Amino acid sequence: MHRSAEAMVAQDEQPRHAGEAIVAQEEQLRRAAEAFRVEWLGRKQGRLNEVSSRWLKAAPPEAKKLVGQRFNEFKAKLEDLVDAALDTHLDPSDAALRAQSIDITLPGTRRLIGAEHPITRTMNEIVQVFAALGYSVGVGPEVETDFYNFESMNFPPGHPARDTQDTLIIAGQERKPLRDRLLLRTHTSPVQMRTMELEPPPVRIVIPGKVHRNDAADATHSPIFHQVEGLCVDTHITFSDLKGTLDHAMKALFGSSVKTRFFPSFFPFTEPSADVQITCIFCGGKGCRKCKQSGWIELLGCGMVDPAVFAFAQEKQPAYDPKKISGFAFGMGVERIAMMKYGISEIGQFYSGDMRFLGQFA
Amino acid sequence: MKILTQWLRSFLPELPVSDTQIAEDLTLRGIAVEGIYDLGPGNGSLYEMDITTNRVDAMNHYGIAREAAAIYGLELKPLDFALPNPRVATSPFSVKIEAADACGRFTARVLRDVAIAESRDWFPGAVVSTYFALLDQKKISNAVDATNFAWLAMGQPTHVFDLDKIDGGIIVRRAKKGERLKTLDGVERVLDPDDLVVADHKKALGLAGVMGGWDTMITPSTKNVLVEAAWFDPMAVRRTARRHGLHTDASHRFERGADFNAAPVASVLVSAILLASGGHIEGDLVDARIAAVEARTAHRPPIELKLSEVQRILGATEDGEGITASTVEGVLTALGCKLASQQVSESASRQPAVGQTTGQAFWGVTLPSWRLDLEREIDLIEEIARVFGYNRFANTLPAFGEGVRALPFAEKDAAVRGTLLACGLHQAIASTFCSAAEAELTAPQPGQVVALGNPLSEEAGVLRPSLIPGMLAMIAGNLHRDVSDVRLFEIGTVFSGAAANGTVEKVDERPALALGAAGLAPEDGPLHAPRALEFFDMKGIVEQVLERFEMRAMYFDRFPLEAGLTPAWLHPYRAARVAAEGVTVGWFGELHPREASSRKFKEPVLLGELYLDRLFKLPLRRPAAREISRFQLVRRDFSLVLDQSIAWEAIDRAMASLQASPLPELIDWRVRELFHDPRLARGQYALLLGATFQAPDRTLREEELKEFHSRVIEAVNKAGARLRE
Repeated sequence: MHRSAEAMVAQDEQPRHAGEAIVAQEEQLRRAAEAFRVEWLGRKQGRLNEVSSRWLKAAPPEAKKLVGQRFNEFKAKLEDLVDAALDTHLDPSDAALRAQSIDITLPGTRRLIGAEHPITRTMNEIVQVFAALGYSVGVGPEVETDFYNFESMNFPPGHPARDTQDTLIIAGQERKPLRDRLLLRTHTSPVQMRTMELEPPPVRIVIPGKVHRNDAADATHSPIFHQVEGLCVDTHITFSDLKGTLDHAMKALFGSSVKTRFFPSFFPFTEPSADVQITCIFCGGKGCRKCKQSGWIELLGCGMVDPAVFAFAQEKQPAYDPKKISGFAFGMGVERIAMMKYGISEIGQFYSGDMRFLGQFA
Repeated sequence: MKILTQWLRSFLPELPVSDTQIAEDLTLRGIAVEGIYDLGPGNGSLYEMDITTNRVDAMNHYGIAREAAAIYGLELKPLDFALPNPRVATSPFSVKIEAADACGRFTARVLRDVAIAESRDWFPGAVVSTYFALLDQKKISNAVDATNFAWLAMGQPTHVFDLDKIDGGIIVRRAKKGERLKTLDGVERVLDPDDLVVADHKKALGLAGVMGGWDTMITPSTKNVLVEAAWFDPMAVRRTARRHGLHTDASHRFERGADFNAAPVASVLVSAILLASGGHIEGDLVDARIAAVEARTAHRPPIELKLSEVQRILGATEDGEGITASTVEGVLTALGCKLASQQVSESASRQPAVGQTTGQAFWGVTLPSWRLDLEREIDLIEEIARVFGYNRFANTLPAFGEGVRALPFAEKDAAVRGTLLACGLHQAIASTFCSAAEAELTAPQPGQVVALGNPLSEEAGVLRPSLIPGMLAMIAGNLHRDVSDVRLFEIGTVFSGAAANGTVEKVDERPALALGAAGLAPEDGPLHAPRALEFFDMKGIVEQVLERFEMRAMYFDRFPLEAGLTPAWLHPYRAARVAAEGVTVGWFGELHPREASSRKFKEPVLLGELYLDRLFKLPLRRPAAREISRFQLVRRDFSLVLDQSIAWEAIDRAMASLQASPLPELIDWRVRELFHDPRLARGQYALLLGATFQAPDRTLREEELKEFHSRVIEAVNKAGARLRE
């Protein structure tokens, strides 16, 4: 910046256009008028001042009024004339300015700024919606134990539901008891348990994070993806509260005209469990290619926290008594939401670091 | 899973609604119809269905018909098939369950003089040929098709043996060590002592609940058949199936829990179909049962269900009435539960419910044998909500009580991210994995790389110990796609873990920041020549990031090659260590030319990695305003000559200590220009130092400035520079 400012000054000293010569000439005239003003009308040492102080004050009292009046008239006239002369030359003439014209249709010089990753951006948006509903933010480790990822989330050892989550495991765990074995978390749900173990109810928490599965990559699957998990536990939390909360959140994320509907589903850690659909954000529910003509798009899973999960939490926090408290949990895939919001067709683009892709989100 | 609506309707002759409506009503109750295909006039529709793993009872036509019956309040036709009377057997067929922990029930029926033939539509309820054609199910023979038909109708696996190849009778037992079995898929298998097998008195005949054996399969010359319908334990079947890498329809069902009472019904259906082409039954059905298993499947004790609990969990309904007692009774009865009203239950006698007058709020609920997924009160509450319809509940919001907390590092993370975005770097997210070789190159702690037990590929075999491999991959991706200007950063987790005796006890996760750049500076416009990014751009970015934090000391240094401290991925003489408060917080510089050429990079690549766990220990800098002087400021330039061995740092330090005492009027100094002038002596260079003076309280006088001038010269002289004549 420093250097280029100096360079600009240097260029100004050598007028490039004929118009600048005119401007310079006009500037000279302006300066002459200014010099005249200082010499004659200057407040301290102007000659008229001298006239006034030396002569006028010395005038005989009977002449003072008339002389004073004449003097003031003369001074006012002179000031008008000087102002007029200054005005004329204050603004460079149109011809002079025209000669300085530039092509304003040339593209602007841009300081390029970076773009936040669409996943971060979407994740933050979701977190903000729930923060406004009173949810704090929580996080947990990406490498989890079998206990937190599965057992405490009510996936007992050997349960078929474990098969649906192709798990990446850490090498060299065979000698440990199953619940201590390390793996890459397959969902953000273990943070539910970690949160409850640390603090008694009430809990309202939203958990953004990276998760991994042993999934072959294709247009919509990736071994790496992100989820936002939510958990709300208190006395008197009901299924209708779950519905109301998610209906509100979906409207906040996708617009107030969006409708939601809930389907029974199955997750080991919630019961009753539900999948949530929203009216297609592309066609408004009329049916299009994006929603496979159904008018609906499936967006997230949720349910009432299973009493078995509370029983695990109770081992460290007795206040999680499923007879006294209740709660709901929900989880959504960030990639899917970002793909919908921004019209992204390949999930792999999120992890490519392709400048052309990322630059679109600046 | 494929479902024929005409088959469904055969169980519900009074079903009043269209195929489309049934599909929607089922879907809204969790029995998801993913696609509906019209099969032409008179054939009804085909549903493509996706049933969640907990509802294994609904993965067949009868199970779905039962759901429809509950939704519409209809009577479901029972599964009754007539069988001819058996002829008396000389001696009853022998069935023995040795593995009583793994086999709860084994039924066997002997059919003699059967004819193995092609399947037809045999009788109402056994429309084999037509249904198979519509379902695109291959016909094999009447015997095999009968078992498949029973499977599709009611989800009960059955098996048919060539009776003449069975020695003695059936024994359900664990396999012997080293025992061999050729299964129906033609694979010769060596069995594990934990495998559950159906055997005769000499040999294993099949993997129980998974797959039958080759040697006893039905052939065109089979005359006599044994029909098996059994109940096997989920875990036992799961272990056997997994061990042999087999996933069959039968294992799928048994693993998730079959219906204890379905075996004899399925046996009747299979037998009836086989007998339709000839033959007779010999002896009564042999039905071996384990009482303990029967007790925990078909005869489970009733569960207590309270209306107050239903309402506590489910909340408000749209009609404002909430869930009523009659809704509870209607739904659960339709699903096959038996409800007994109880005035006083055990827990109620201890804690009487308020307002309890009729006794209707307590039920003892007897569970149907096919719903092993129902075990607890909450399971029943879910069924009530599900069949009532989720979308008939109101949308309410819970009361808002607590304050909201952000993550401890959220503000710091945002400050770093914001700075980098403003510097023109795009945020990226790279793979969590890298190859062992890349890990070795970049790991800050060698020997602590964490490997995956089941990696996706060799290139993704370990958890990244550094963000550099991912950053290099992304830079390569851009450069190799002819995107020559790359400016990226990633904030992510890096992993390390020490292994003791081959076991990784604990994996440490730390946040890190990677920077990567190549090509031109982030300015775009036609009027100025683009400038290539260089080391000092990366340094500037690092400085700007660090300046977001409160620290007294930030410095950059480098180490001689022999110190072995500089990361191997960096150019040893164009790299810097970054230290904040005396702690290493990262490294940056140019990519090592060796790494650049092995990756076929033609252009210089700048890289850096900061250890955010260390940086985040520092507080964020809180801006504080300083009085801005109204008095004139004076700039002076000093043209210096220095020896090559003297770095700017020496001059900078001299100026800083001059400012600290006794010259607070020295408010700024900077390098204004560097020259390598051939007129200078060898090994020397010239530097134009700009200094700015200003006092907070006065205009600086000429004589003061003269003194400041000589002070500066004195200071830089001490640092090894001289004023150029």
